[in-house]
Amino acid sequence: MDNTIEAHGLVKRFGATTALDGVDLAARTGTVLAVLGPNGAGKTTAVRILATLLQPDEGRALVGGYDVVAQAQQVRRLIALTGQYAAVDESLTGVENLLMLGRLLGQSRAAARRRAAELLEQFSLADAGGRAVKTYSGGMRRRLDLAASLVGRPRVLYLDEPTTGLDPRARSDLWEVIRDLTGDGVTVLLTTQYMEEADQLADDVVVIDRGRVVAVGTPDQLKAQVGRQVLRVSPVSAADVPAVARVVTDLSGVAPEVTRDAVSAQVSDPGLPPAVLQRLTDADVAVAELSLRKPSLDEVFFALTGHHTDDNDDWSAVA
Amino acid sequence: MTTITHPASPPAAAVQQRVGPLDAVRHTLTLAWRSLVQIRHNPMELGDLSLQPLMFVALFAYVFGGAIAGSPKAFLQFGLAGIICQNALFLTMNTGVAVNNDITKGVFDRFRSLPIARSAPLAGRIAADVVRQVWSMAILLGVGTLLGFRVLTNPVSVLGAVLLLLVFTCAFSWLPVLVAMLVDEPEKVMMLGFVVVFPLTFASSAFVPVSTMPGWMQAWVAVNPATLLVDAVRGLLVGGAVAAPALGALAWAAAIGAVCAPLALRAFRRRS
Repeated sequence: MDNTIEAHGLVKRFGATTALDGVDLAARTGTVLAVLGPNGAGKTTAVRILATLLQPDEGRALVGGYDVVAQAQQVRRLIALTGQYAAVDESLTGVENLLMLGRLLGQSRAAARRRAAELLEQFSLADAGGRAVKTYSGGMRRRLDLAASLVGRPRVLYLDEPTTGLDPRARSDLWEVIRDLTGDGVTVLLTTQYMEEADQLADDVVVIDRGRVVAVGTPDQLKAQVGRQVLRVSPVSAADVPAVARVVTDLSGVAPEVTRDAVSAQVSDPGLPPAVLQRLTDADVAVAELSLRKPSLDEVFFALTGHHTDDNDDWSAVA
Repeated sequence: MTTITHPASPPAAAVQQRVGPLDAVRHTLTLAWRSLVQIRHNPMELGDLSLQPLMFVALFAYVFGGAIAGSPKAFLQFGLAGIICQNALFLTMNTGVAVNNDITKGVFDRFRSLPIARSAPLAGRIAADVVRQVWSMAILLGVGTLLGFRVLTNPVSVLGAVLLLLVFTCAFSWLPVLVAMLVDEPEKVMMLGFVVVFPLTFASSAFVPVSTMPGWMQAWVAVNPATLLVDAVRGLLVGGAVAAPALGALAWAAAIGAVCAPLALRAFRRRS
């Protein structure tokens, strides 16, 4: 399949800070590519370059076969962008926002009106369409923002952390819309901090950290690469923590992470938890908690990069 | 979807890269429309545009008029030009506030990712600001006339005064736009109105005869761009020297624009 988005060796510096340090990525036509990373990893910078808002210092990117720098205007005919905040005019009504964009995109008055009505209906905003956006709730603004991106039926859609700050219900509604779009052949590039979101939506995932790509693959490949689940054992008495640590080390063969009252380790053998429990029972260690769960994004990061997500400098101001 | 990845016949980049002049005008008008429709949903702005000038005329005429000029009517004949100029300069602060809003809310990013003329967002705002300025000048002149002000020149001169004010405020608005690029909240742009426009217009020939001020202040007032603008507008409305103050005001406008516009554009590029 062809790639609608292709970036090679993107570098972007802001003063002394390197926001992107040679990023490659590719999104196949009609699929969702998730760019996963913590705050300040460079996700937004990458999106802004692909959306022609920023020029890279090095490297090049093609969208629909057009160069984002030399052929920016052609790229703009294909793309739409929905940022971290709802980029709609709060002083206008929902209808007026969509009409304005339709007219800017060259639609006739009647066509712009039809398209606005259609989108408001699709995003359950038909009743609120005549009200000023400043009276909308956060979820309504986000929906209008996404509707605004779709006015010109873009072939490529950038969603920069589209569900940050949304409640679970609004989040799954939005996921549904994104799935419908790819069904129509739209290519979606989505940035997110949530592993679950990437898992739900993405055909491919690029994990970036500190401006570099640290992993690429399908969600399943990534999880397999990160691997294992996390076993956490917490004894009733904190005095037993060293004993628990010995048992876990012994049985799992890895060095566990030990805190004041608990021991955790990445494990892959499903038979391990019962074995650990058996050994601890034999040793008369009372267990308060024994759990097995999928790795969190932070642990995925730890596994891929060797540091936690919050070790990053705060680059969000520039990225 | 191969048509997207490999355009069947890639159009010459140079042809499509630029937006045609007709389209650019259409984009500008659409964005000017947007900026004017905002007023309908924003009663505060309607107040800025209509009530505030009305109040200023009434307050100045009836509170200070008698003390300054002997009667409200006599004061307006002198001071209405000053009120018009002060009001016009205050309105430019709204331009800065709007620009800051668009940037911080991400609306500007959306415009910049659209296949529209690069100049359209700014040009649209300027076009809408001209409408706003003309609207509030008309209110000031209308209310002034109701309260006894009389134009002593001719319609062409009045038109000249309006044009001069529009040119001056277009250039001057680069200052609030520059500040808008540098600050993170729209409210901070409004502060500029108080620290710049107030001293600029009060320490000028706008409201009282310059000869009543201390000598050191007269020296400043003589070169103050607000004085030059007010003198020219006053000359065009009620008679008096026009050419010298008008040229001085235009020179100031050119200087302010020449300094602030490139700085504002540079700040904008850095910010994005």
